[in-house]
Amino acid sequence: MKKLIAIVLLSVLPALGMAAGGPGVPLLAADNDLSDQESLQRGAKYFVNYCMGCHSAQYVRYEKVAEAAGLTEQEVKDNLMFTENKKIGSQMISAINPDDAARWFGTAVPDLTLTARVRHSGDWIYTYLKSFYLDDSKPSGVNNLVFPDVGMPHVLVELQGLQKANFKVETDADGNEHKVFEGFELVKAGSMTPEEYDGMTRDLTNFMVWAAEPMKLERQRLGMWVMGFLVILFILAYMLKKEYWKDIH
Amino acid sequence: MSEKQTFLGWIDDRFPLTKVWNEHLAEYYAPKNFNFWYFMGSLAILVLVNQIVTGIWLAMHYKPDAGLAFSSVEYIMRDVDWGWLLRYLHSTGASAFFAVIYLHMFRGLMYGSYQKPRELLWIIGVIIYLAMMATAFMGYLLPWGQMSFWGAQVIVNLFAAVPFVGEELSIWIRGDYVISDATLNRFFAFHFLLPFVLVGLVFLHIVALHKVGSNNPDGIEIKKNKDENGIPKDGIPFHPYYSVKDIAGVVGFLIIFLGIVFFAPDFFGLFLEAPNFEPANPLKTPDHIAPVWYFTPFYAMLRAVPPMFGSQFPGVVVMFAAIIVMFFLPWLDKSPVKSIRYKGPIFKAALAIFAVTFVVLAWLGMKPSSPILTLMAQIFTALYFAFFLLMPWYSKIDKTKPEPERVTG
Repeated sequence: MKKLIAIVLLSVLPALGMAAGGPGVPLLAADNDLSDQESLQRGAKYFVNYCMGCHSAQYVRYEKVAEAAGLTEQEVKDNLMFTENKKIGSQMISAINPDDAARWFGTAVPDLTLTARVRHSGDWIYTYLKSFYLDDSKPSGVNNLVFPDVGMPHVLVELQGLQKANFKVETDADGNEHKVFEGFELVKAGSMTPEEYDGMTRDLTNFMVWAAEPMKLERQRLGMWVMGFLVILFILAYMLKKEYWKDIH
Repeated sequence: MSEKQTFLGWIDDRFPLTKVWNEHLAEYYAPKNFNFWYFMGSLAILVLVNQIVTGIWLAMHYKPDAGLAFSSVEYIMRDVDWGWLLRYLHSTGASAFFAVIYLHMFRGLMYGSYQKPRELLWIIGVIIYLAMMATAFMGYLLPWGQMSFWGAQVIVNLFAAVPFVGEELSIWIRGDYVISDATLNRFFAFHFLLPFVLVGLVFLHIVALHKVGSNNPDGIEIKKNKDENGIPKDGIPFHPYYSVKDIAGVVGFLIIFLGIVFFAPDFFGLFLEAPNFEPANPLKTPDHIAPVWYFTPFYAMLRAVPPMFGSQFPGVVVMFAAIIVMFFLPWLDKSPVKSIRYKGPIFKAALAIFAVTFVVLAWLGMKPSSPILTLMAQIFTALYFAFFLLMPWYSKIDKTKPEPERVTG
């Protein structure tokens, strides 16, 4: 048994090591809730209004949005679909020409379906949306703390307002100077209060986390039944084994 | 005679059904003292079947085309009924296969299951392991994500380090100058073929096993102690004793396996790596390329060896040697006893160090290299080979304990 424990411990060590590593800037917890359908509805609305001008979520079909957010097909068609041809099974594809986008922003505009999985969780997206700051050296006038030199402008600036990032310079033991982030300071208010903006970005994050793995709640729900079944089956299998083996010494 | 017996008799006259059943199950006598480690063989077969069944269903929807592969996987996850379950069963199954096989191989090391008369059984096993590695490596390209692409790029480039013919060889493997649609197509073809080769090899593994009989935690031959009917005194028929025991083992394994499938299918980025959710982009190299966890010990050894004469070839040789050396294990162990229970302190220490070495190398292979980590990788690579190459010496001078006459608990 001791050996078993040692093996289990040794096999999880690498996982712990990986969890400890990460980006230099600590990420904020998104605390999004996939079972909150109203949050998903708002998130979908924000996504089509603010993101889909440039970004697609090409693997997401509108009918799946309707299903997950508890909307009717008609509600989705009326509120989320801005195309002429409103087929509920169609994918969430931006109207932008990818070549134009690449020329305007200096880089290909990524599809956002799987961003939450590429970035491990929603926390990165949530932090990213809150981390744009004034930087006159950039063509868009802003930079981002978790995605330095990002090509994307701050499309939510009307809502959040503009913030500047305060850094202090620290000298480490080797005499090298480091810029250390100290905090954001709102220099121009937006139409939302900071709390409203937090809620808005949380909803948007929630939608993107859902889009990255739409079956997540379903697999967890089903998983509980599978686990319950297996535990009962294990008890029976173990008793069967005991019964057969009782005369083996 | 009942009708059933008549029917069975009709079959038996034409096909040795009862004979096979008896020889391999009902009258195959296995030692009665199997412990936890002896579940791994049957579990490996279970996972192989899982991989083949889910793999065939995935292949019904997957497109082996550089322009479509990534999307087709996402459509399987979203639009194919139960497609997400098939895919997670398959991706988790790949890792589970290696986890189970590593425990299976470690069992062999602990109880000396490679020693005479089981040398060939062990060698077939190492060939199975090689075939698994090839299958997994080619399968990992198929989702056509960033890590699929760049992982394959790095590994196929290793062949380019072979002196003289390397460049040609790597082009021949890829079918192109870079990993491309041509590579994807041929990897898909081989990824579909190799599992059936594996089935054939597993068949040979079992034939060899049933010829020599199973080893056990005491490492003594139960066939040396037979009763008046010629049945080993410490043996029990595989069926029903081990068939019912293995059912319990299978259910226990499924609790862990399906627990991962349903609650953590990417297993903290170890089973499904985050960069692989981004489509392959030949123009954008990921910050850090690492193979999946089950290859990282060998990747760490590859990186541990510095280039010599401007060539990566020595590292490639060391990496392949790390696997090839396993073939010689039956002749490296000079110990008069098989099981770790009766081997001396030196062998016990060597095996413990080896186990730690393998895990540390696996961890190192996941990390971006740095001078200190490279030094660690070099030390642990040396320890890895020392376990094998010094074995003829330390297994000979080790103070072993006497083996018992009959198996113990």
